[in-house]
Amino acid sequence: MSHLAEPAPASGGAATAAVRRPASHGWLALVLAVALILSLLSISIGAGDFSFAGLVAGTDTQAWQLFAVSRLPRTVALLLAGMALAVAGLIMQMLVRNRFVEPSTAGTIESATLGILVVMLLAPDTPVLGKMLVATAFAMVGTLAFLGLLRRIPLRSPYLVPLVGLILGGVVQAVTTFFAVRHDMLQTLHAWTVGDFSGVLRGRYELLWIGFGLAGAAYLAADRFTVAGMGQQFTTNLGLDYRKLTLAGLLIVSAIASVVVVTAGSIPFLGLIVPNIVSLLFGDNMRRSVPWVALLGGVFVLACDIAGRLVAYPYEIPIGTVVGIVGSVLFLVLLLRGRRAA
Amino acid sequence: MRMGILAALAAAAIATYMLAGANGNWGFVLPFRGAKLAAMLLVAFAIAVSTVLFQAITHNRILTPSVMGFDALYILIQALMVLGMGINPAQGEERQTVQFLVEVAAMTGFACLLFWGVFNGAAHSLHLMLLMGIVFGLLFRSLSSLVVRLIDPNEFAYLQDRMFASFSAIETGLLWACALAIGLASAIAWRLRRSYDVLALGRDVAVNLGVPYRRTVMATLVAVSVMVAVSTALVGPVLFFGLLVSNLAYVTMGSDRHRWLVPAAVLWAVIFLVGGQALLERILKLNATISIAIEFAGGLLFLLLVTRRKQS
Repeated sequence: MSHLAEPAPASGGAATAAVRRPASHGWLALVLAVALILSLLSISIGAGDFSFAGLVAGTDTQAWQLFAVSRLPRTVALLLAGMALAVAGLIMQMLVRNRFVEPSTAGTIESATLGILVVMLLAPDTPVLGKMLVATAFAMVGTLAFLGLLRRIPLRSPYLVPLVGLILGGVVQAVTTFFAVRHDMLQTLHAWTVGDFSGVLRGRYELLWIGFGLAGAAYLAADRFTVAGMGQQFTTNLGLDYRKLTLAGLLIVSAIASVVVVTAGSIPFLGLIVPNIVSLLFGDNMRRSVPWVALLGGVFVLACDIAGRLVAYPYEIPIGTVVGIVGSVLFLVLLLRGRRAA
Repeated sequence: MRMGILAALAAAAIATYMLAGANGNWGFVLPFRGAKLAAMLLVAFAIAVSTVLFQAITHNRILTPSVMGFDALYILIQALMVLGMGINPAQGEERQTVQFLVEVAAMTGFACLLFWGVFNGAAHSLHLMLLMGIVFGLLFRSLSSLVVRLIDPNEFAYLQDRMFASFSAIETGLLWACALAIGLASAIAWRLRRSYDVLALGRDVAVNLGVPYRRTVMATLVAVSVMVAVSTALVGPVLFFGLLVSNLAYVTMGSDRHRWLVPAAVLWAVIFLVGGQALLERILKLNATISIAIEFAGGLLFLLLVTRRKQS
């Protein structure tokens, strides 16, 4: 059995890799260049006086401070959050085997938010790391509930999966809102659930490196998640522990979602849009697509944040709102595309 | 018989709401509560009727106007009006009424466009249609908060409040305009009342039985849009309330005749809204939580309905 099953995907992957390799180098250079330009742009935008000339000359200490304390951390945080969230979306899509799943369409984000609210109510002095751990635990439970719910549905329509996730998220959110209203925290809740990087300063974003590290771990285990996505029997057949793999994947996803929610707030649909675009361009071999997904995720978030900063300059539109608009439009496009293909 | 029980429950809810805990200060209490009660009755009527009719023209029992993003669309139109015209929310009643009527007209046009342009094409898959409706709702909500951010902070606070449902702080200033709009919308629906039982059987059957399908659906959609606009203007968006009351009506009446279903849904809506408000506000002293309770229960019901339903 395993003899027959094994070679097919491997040779298929090698063949596509061989065919596509020359093209992907050009793409890589292009995307890296775009990422660099956007980063420089992101560093240069803001209400304070700032120029790269002053920075390089080293005479302008104020510019240097602005750069080191605010502008650079914000840009780095954006890149890290974008990379981690996009990879988290990709892992979920592999595990659930549905192209429309990601942390905000599976109840993960809303559960993490509930977790943070609970910490804030019960132990307001908990350090950020503690908040993140509690949020991760809540996110994990919420996502497991989502998977349990999916298992009860006899016939899966591809659209039913995100639908169930979105509504489950809404139900969890109703619970969160209930507690927030009871404790007069509704305003606070709205303020920090919308993704916003304007408060990112040196010392307030470093947690995102954890997310980046987890995304890196996911890259190393990419092949295993691909296998787990093929189903329990197939995975066991290849000598891997399906339960452990799924749980590990969900843990990574929950932790990434929680880190981003704790530091910046929620950024919807990112993990859905980016992997789908990459899959349209490069196919579905996860090990090959993880770097692309991460890179494009970072670029996407940077671009949206820059747009949000420029639209109402010198005020800012939070990135959660910008991505909410761009992301839901792209989501609708993907849905309509899928409809035509079907 | 069943209708009698529902009517009695609704009357009890109204009486509790009007009379409980008034401390004998009737001169103040009755007109004050009366205005709120009138607004709640209008909302209950609008949500229940619009949902049942919408479910009749789309011939299924999970779709509702609010799940398809109509509420969020109305909020977006409101925000755009404030952005485009710089209308001060603290204005006189007349201008507010004019603004409301313009909003309702715009809403009706866009809702029909949305319905025919997008959802009709996706009609072969209910799940796709639901998903697209919810994503459209999210898109409209994000767009509204973008628009709201572009307006200056005074109006930001005003609009921000409107984006969340509240039954305890109902806008009573628009009551007359709303009642008029509801009256007109109901007149349209009343004229078409004989078609709905047939329409609920599906497009082909309805056409076969001689219903002018396109015209009837279009007219109903106009009525539904107006009703959604009214309820959203009065209390804000409530995603699952229509789903809750329409499905309760289907279960309790055990009939497919709309002459029974529509009144039953209205009565259920009154029981929930007025009774729930009386219970939470007067007796349990929990303010502003009924909309959350509705979202919670409605969300669970929606999950149940969606996952139970066999795929066709």
